[in-house]
Amino acid sequence: MAELNIRERQAGDITVLDMDGRITIGEGSVALRSAIRRLLEEGKKKILLNLAGVGYIDSSGIGELVSSYTAINKEGGQLKLLSLTQKLQDLLTITKLLTVFDAYDNEADALSDFK
Amino acid sequence: MTDQTTRLVLPSHIEAVADAAVAVTDFIRNCGVSEEAAFGVEMAVREAVTNAMVHGNQEDESKSVEVIFNCHANELEVEVRDQGEGFDPASVPDPTNAENLLKTSGRGIFLMRTFMDQIEWINRPEGGTMVRMTKRF
Repeated sequence: MAELNIRERQAGDITVLDMDGRITIGEGSVALRSAIRRLLEEGKKKILLNLAGVGYIDSSGIGELVSSYTAINKEGGQLKLLSLTQKLQDLLTITKLLTVFDAYDNEADALSDFK
Repeated sequence: MTDQTTRLVLPSHIEAVADAAVAVTDFIRNCGVSEEAAFGVEMAVREAVTNAMVHGNQEDESKSVEVIFNCHANELEVEVRDQGEGFDPASVPDPTNAENLLKTSGRGIFLMRTFMDQIEWINRPEGGTMVRMTKRF
């Protein structure tokens, strides 16, 4: 079984990636990077990462979230995070990255905040 | 709790980080570490082993990473040893400073310091670096 499974769906012009597994150095980080790169190549620049199923992330995975954020911003897009687990929320708090990312508990709220 | 020790020798490729994580999870289950603390200990071990493989041994598979878990009466001690050129933790900038927030790397040591009670880096006289981390309970 893959370390990280990513399912894609559209909500209007927003692409939602439902992620399930672990974002750690190696396979998980590469899977996220590949998914974001492909979406940008397809011109999909409004991306919501649903992290409800991500039970574990390491510093490489955190770095990949940052890399995704900067790559999407550079293309004039937006990245938002949905349904952080408590552990992931704690990690983003102590690394002060919750000051960088827009994070939501509710999908409707996240979708309506895209410009 | 009697003292227990487990020793792993891992090749320097990224897939082996998961082996260290599985080993630490199994070990600390019998060592009195709470489930909440176990998350942080696993994180710290993952980061230390990753650093040893990537930055220490430069992913040279002819070099190994040694991980030793020691369970004492009221603390867990983990040593991670590489065969690299040595390491100065002071050379790593604080990833929570505003100018570093958007850097894509450099958070591993910060997480190790966050989740463990004590941590030290020792440049070994025979070569390589040893990081020793302690979690009290």
